Amino acid sequence: MRIRRRRDTAPAVRSRLSAGDLARESLAGILQRPGRSALTMLGTVLGIGTFVVVLGLSETANGQISKNFNALLATQVTVTDTGAANATTPTLDFPSDASVAADRINGVIAAGVWWQVLLGSATAAQVSNLPGDDAPAGVNLPVYAADPGALRASQPSLANGVLFNAFDQAEREPVAVLSAAAAAQLGVLGAASQPTVFIAGQAFTVVGIIRSDSRLPQFGLGLIVPASTALADWGLPQPAQPAQMIIRTRVGAAQVVARQAAVAIRPDDPGLLSAAAPAAPTTLRNAVAASLRTLLLSLAAVAVIVGALGIANTSLVAIMERTAEIGLRRALGARPGHIAAQFLTESAVLGLGGGVIGTGAGVVITLAVTVAERWTAILEPTVVLLALPAGAVVGLVAGLYPALRASSIEPAEALRR
Amino acid sequence: MSSPGEPLVVLDAVTFRYPGPPPVLAVRWATLRVSAGEHVALTGASGSGKSTLLNLMGLLDRPTAGRVLFDGADLSAAPEPDRAAVRACRVGFVFQSFHLLPNRTAAENVMLGQVYAGVPRARRIDLAMHALDRVGLAARAWALPSQLSGGERQRVAVARAVVNRPWLLLCDEPTGNLDSAATAQLLGLFDELHADGIAVVVVTHNPAVSGRAERRVSMRDGVLTDASGGDLGADPQAS
Ligand SMILES: Nc1ncnc2c1ncn2[C@@H]1O[C@H](COP(=O)(O)OP(=O)(O)O)[C@@H](O)[C@H]1O
Ligand SMILES: [Mg+2]
Repeated sequence: MRIRRRRDTAPAVRSRLSAGDLARESLAGILQRPGRSALTMLGTVLGIGTFVVVLGLSETANGQISKNFNALLATQVTVTDTGAANATTPTLDFPSDASVAADRINGVIAAGVWWQVLLGSATAAQVSNLPGDDAPAGVNLPVYAADPGALRASQPSLANGVLFNAFDQAEREPVAVLSAAAAAQLGVLGAASQPTVFIAGQAFTVVGIIRSDSRLPQFGLGLIVPASTALADWGLPQPAQPAQMIIRTRVGAAQVVARQAAVAIRPDDPGLLSAAAPAAPTTLRNAVAASLRTLLLSLAAVAVIVGALGIANTSLVAIMERTAEIGLRRALGARPGHIAAQFLTESAVLGLGGGVIGTGAGVVITLAVTVAERWTAILEPTVVLLALPAGAVVGLVAGLYPALRASSIEPAEALRR
Repeated sequence: MSSPGEPLVVLDAVTFRYPGPPPVLAVRWATLRVSAGEHVALTGASGSGKSTLLNLMGLLDRPTAGRVLFDGADLSAAPEPDRAAVRACRVGFVFQSFHLLPNRTAAENVMLGQVYAGVPRARRIDLAMHALDRVGLAARAWALPSQLSGGERQRVAVARAVVNRPWLLLCDEPTGNLDSAATAQLLGLFDELHADGIAVVVVTHNPAVSGRAERRVSMRDGVLTDASGGDLGADPQAS
């Protein structure tokens, strides 16, 4: 009797595991022990969830700080007259062209000098809507001297009328801008009729009324007159209330402008002035938050690693328990690769499940804290988009070794169990 | 399929040693030829090496020495995917201890046999129901193994083994758990499969089962002898 020669070609048939079957068999493996699968996911849920919460909340908190900060302070520089503060007699170290010089600095939108006028030692002047002598006792209101640049820089919100301008400054016009509060106290209803008010007995024409001034809130309490008029009528600023310059800059330019301002305004003696952009609070808060954030992220990383170990451990235990099943599948024609693929998919799905649940929980917690704190939620979409597959990657990595073990189980040996 | 009389599976001077410890020489220099459509009974005392021989024929184990040819191709040292392909599509196993997945119904257990053979999903349920029908279990298709008697589980295992219409059916003591009525039904099924041209190798202690076979071979201490006095398909290398 003869047998055929050894055939070198592979058998005409193939063993297969379609993607659909792989998904179904893996899912069946996971659902076989739902309680254990849920516990296995827990580590990944905690890890990924913590990542999302920490990143989401620190992002949101940062956003709140810079939101309050950016609008005004990040675009503002204050130049103080340190020379005058150290003097004993009225002094003004800002030259008359100070605003023009400041305007030339790159990044400056508007700049101007202002100070509070002190008549005698009083911080408030007698102001009335009737001429001096026969006036009933007027009201006490603070009076500010400001050049038009200062008003352009501080941007008061105008209720009616106009702000005084370069012409008024040049001509030392006796004009005044009233705050709404002062107007109410003085019985001034509007600027349209150009009413007159008397500051320490001197007549000023009201050209405009402002509602408020968020950069220089004190402007919202008193009267503002052109700096030139104030100088002419009441002299230099008193050392107790030295002049300041307010500079409005473009976003991000404040620090740079502050460094150049003193030299630009007083090239002959910059030491008389000192310019400061308010320290960016974000820098400080970030430094504090960053260490906490690093700690929490480290904890999250530990949780993710624990989650991965949990998946690896459960998979190894499952493979021990399911040795006979593995042997059966091999007997039914599964290749070692098919076994590895099934267990790897099970681990990846467990990880993905943990990632999805963790991300969902993280987003919900972030939103809950945000709502409780009345913040605006700022959740980087990339954080969420990366957190979801991160779980699957954790599962894949954790499942690699168990899957390899499962695929190297000898079928005949496994079936003997 | 190879035509009747042609050698389907050939064990050529096969030796198998369990590495142990201690090492056990479970099959010694066994030579056996099973032709396409042949019905062979394998008998022998417990521990004589029958299950090991079946595993070698079904490509579940690789011989320590010698060759295993399937349909003319030496697969004893072939890459695992080639051997897996033959197991998936050409060989059906019925194990001594059923090996049904406990949380799947009878029908689902049968369909597991179709997954790796690449049977299109749409056709699986019909084929599985047909296989269950052949073993008389169509009515119990949606029962879990725990809801089935030992004999019924054995028949589910048989249905799973034949669902892909294999060329070779290997049964390890399939009637060990069956009463005489169920045994008779299983023997009827073997006859049908035989008529279909499927080669059947059955390990059995039951004279009724071995009596139905065309050929009886027996093992003793790992050595194969021909109980029916016929040709074992002597060493093909010798000629
Ligand atoms: N995994 C194993 N490791 C070591 N020895 C084994 C193993 N499986 C079986 N044997 C031994 O091999 C011999 C043949 O076993 P087996 O093929 O199961 O015999 P049978 O099926 O005829 O009862 C016995 O002596 C048995 O003890
Ligand atoms: Mg046995």
